[in-house]
Amino acid sequence: MTAAQVSAPVVSTEPVGAYQLITLDAPAIASGAEPGQFVAVAVGGPETAMLLRRCFALYTADSATGRIQIVVAEHGPGTGWLVQVRPGSELDLVGPLGRPFTLPDTPGAAVLVAGGYGSAPMFDLARRLRAAGSAVQMVVGAGSAERLFGVDEARVVADSVVVTTDDGSVGVRGLVTDMLPGLLGSPGVSTVYACGPMAMLRAVAGLATSYDLPCQVAVEESMACGIGVCMTCVLPVVGADGRTRMVRSCVEGPVFEADRVRWKDVGTLPGDVVGADAMDLR
Amino acid sequence: MATSLAAVTLGNPVLTASGCAAAGRELAPFLDPAHLGAVVTKSVMLRPRSGRATPRMAETPSGMLNSIGLQGPGIDAFLAHDLPWLAERGARAVVSIAGGSVGEFAEVAQRLVGAPGLALLEVNISCPNVASRGQVFACDPMAAADVVRAVKAVTTVPVFAKLSPDVTDIVAIARSCVDAGADGLSLINTLLGTVIDTDTLRPVLTGITGGLSGPAIRPVAVRCVWQVHAALPGVPILGMGGILTGLDALQFVLAGASAVSVGTAVFHDPSAPTRVLAELRAALAARGFPQLTDAIGLAHREPHR
Ligand SMILES: Cc1cc2nc3c(=O)[nH]c(=O)nc-3n(C[C@H](O)[C@H](O)[C@H](O)COP(=O)(O)OP(=O)(O)OC[C@H]3O[C@@H](n4cnc5c(N)ncnc54)[C@H](O)[C@@H]3O)c2cc1C
Ligand SMILES: Cc1cc2nc3c(=O)[nH]c(=O)nc-3n(C[C@H](O)[C@H](O)[C@H](O)COP(=O)(O)O)c2cc1C
Ligand code: FES
Repeated sequence: MTAAQVSAPVVSTEPVGAYQLITLDAPAIASGAEPGQFVAVAVGGPETAMLLRRCFALYTADSATGRIQIVVAEHGPGTGWLVQVRPGSELDLVGPLGRPFTLPDTPGAAVLVAGGYGSAPMFDLARRLRAAGSAVQMVVGAGSAERLFGVDEARVVADSVVVTTDDGSVGVRGLVTDMLPGLLGSPGVSTVYACGPMAMLRAVAGLATSYDLPCQVAVEESMACGIGVCMTCVLPVVGADGRTRMVRSCVEGPVFEADRVRWKDVGTLPGDVVGADAMDLR
Repeated sequence: MATSLAAVTLGNPVLTASGCAAAGRELAPFLDPAHLGAVVTKSVMLRPRSGRATPRMAETPSGMLNSIGLQGPGIDAFLAHDLPWLAERGARAVVSIAGGSVGEFAEVAQRLVGAPGLALLEVNISCPNVASRGQVFACDPMAAADVVRAVKAVTTVPVFAKLSPDVTDIVAIARSCVDAGADGLSLINTLLGTVIDTDTLRPVLTGITGGLSGPAIRPVAVRCVWQVHAALPGVPILGMGGILTGLDALQFVLAGASAVSVGTAVFHDPSAPTRVLAELRAALAARGFPQLTDAIGLAHREPHR
C-alpha cells in the first residue's frame, strides 16, 4: 500500500526494559502495513533543528484498532526526544515505508533471528508464518537482559524459542549466531529471517548460505528521507541480472534476500558496481 | 500565481530542488507533481553513476551534509523511464544536467532535445571538471561560461546555470554565465562542509566533505539572490536554500527570485512544496500583493514612506 503522512496521537508510552514502547493512533498506516515495514518519525517538535526523520520498524500494526506500535532505543538527540513524548501529544509520521518480509510459497519451518530491538518486526512475521502453516523457531538475543525485547511474546507466537545474552544474564551466554549451526542444520528447516545490527545480519547471512537456506534480512542504513528521493541509504546489492548496484534500502529494502547483499563491501564502492567506472574523477 | 522563468511560464512559483525529489515519482503519495510549478529532476549525466560509498550524509544543526556523488541511471535510462512518467502526469520538468567535461554537458543536453515535458534545463555546474583536475566549473568564470555556451548551442529550451555559493564573487560568475547566453540563474547549490565524528576521530562522510543544505544556509542563499538581482536585475532567478515555509519563500521573492525550489525540506515533510505554495499564496494576499510578480525584488526598492 502507499505511504501516508499523518499526525498521530500518542496513545501510550511506557518503558520496556531498555526501550520505550510507543503506541500511536494511526489508522492510515495501520491498515495494510506488513512486517518489516517501517515508519519515519519527525522529531524535536515544530521549531526543531533536527530536520531528518528517524526510522523505526513497525512492531504492531492493527487495522481493526487503527493503532501501531514502535520500540525505541535511546541513541542520540532524536530518540532522546522521542522517548520523552507524552500521551496526548501528536507525532508526525510517514508510513508504512519499505518492502516487507515475504512468506514462503510453501509452508515449512522458519527460523527467525533477532538482535536487540530487531525483534520488533518478528512477532507479526511469526504470527503470519504460523497462520500460513509454517512452524516458527525464534532466536532472540541481546547484549544484556534489559536489551532483550519480547521474549514472553516470542514464547506465545513461536513453536520454540532460544534466548541468548552476551553477558549470560538471561538464557545462553553468547551470540544468536552461536545457536544457529544446530538449528539451521535440523531437519525440515526451510527458511531464515533476521533483523538486528548489520554485523549480526552479515553473520546470519553467511550461515544461511552455508546451509543452503533462503534468508531474508531487514537492514538498518542511515536514511535522510526514507521515501526514496535522496540516495543516502544505499548498499551494494546484486540484481537478478548478476550485476551489483547501489540500491536504496528505504524503498527496495529494508528487507533484502541475504545472499544478494554484498556484506563485506557495505560502506565501500567496489569497482564492479554499475556506474563505479564513472566515478574516477580527480 | 503564475510566474515566468525566461520564456517559460509556470502555473505557480514553487518547484522541487534537484536531488531532493528524484524524478518526482516517489513524491506522488504526498503531492501531485502536476500541481507544482515544475519538478526539478536529480542531475543526470551521460553514463550511469554509482555515487560514492556510504556514509553519504550527516545531520547538522538545521541542515545536513550530503555527498551522494551524483548517483544516477545515466541519460538513456532517464529518458526511457523518468521523463515519460512526469509527462504522462502533466507535470512540467526542469531537467538538471551535469558533466565532467564541457562535451559531456553538451551531449546530455543534445539527448534531451525534444524530450516530452521538458520545460527548461538547469545546468549543475557545481561538479568537478576532469580537465582541470577536479576544479568545480562553478568556481571558474571561464569554465562556467564554456559549459553554458556549449549547452545553449544545442538546446532549444531556456538554460539556467546553477551557481555555487562557494566563490569569492558570485556576481562575477553570474555575469559570466549570462554573457555566455544563460537565460537565467538558479541560486544556490550547497556549501561545502565537513563533520568529524568525535568517537571514531575521523570525518563522518566517506567523501570527507559534503554539501550543506537546509535552513542553516538560508541567509547565505538570500544574500546571493540579493547580490545577483541587484547587479543583473533583468535576469530571472530560481531561488533556493533552506526554504521550509511560505515566508521563507517570500524572502527569496523579495530579494529578486521569480520562483523557488524546495529541497531538503522534503526530507522533513514530503508534502513541503505544496504546503510552501499555499503558505506563499496566503502570505502574498495578507500583504496586499495582487500577484506574485509585484513582489519580485521589492526589497531592493525604497520604501514608500
Ligand atoms: C529501517 C530502520 C528501522 C529501524 N528500526 C528501529 C527500531 O525499531 N527501534 C530503534 O530503536 N531504532 C530503529 N532504527 C534506528 C533508528 O532510526 C536510529 O537509532 C535513530 O535514527 C537515531 O536517531 P538519534 O537522533 O537518536 O541519533 P543520532 O545518532 O544523533 O542521529 C543522527 C542521524 O543519523 C541517523 N542515524 C543514527 N543512527 C542510525 C541508525 N542506527 N540507523 C539509521 N539511522 C541512524 C539518524 O536518523 C539521524 O539522521 C531503525 C533504522 C532504520 C533505518
Ligand atoms: C541529498 C541532496 C542531493 C542533491 N543533489 C543535487 C543534484 O544532483 N544537483 C544539484 O544541482 N543540486 C543538488 N542538491 C542541491 C539542492 O538542489 C539545493 O540546491 C540545495 O540543497 C539548497 O536547497 P535546500 O536547502 O532547500 O535543500 C542536492 C541536495 C541534497 C540535500
Ligand atoms: S533514505 Fe532517501 S533514498 Fe533512501
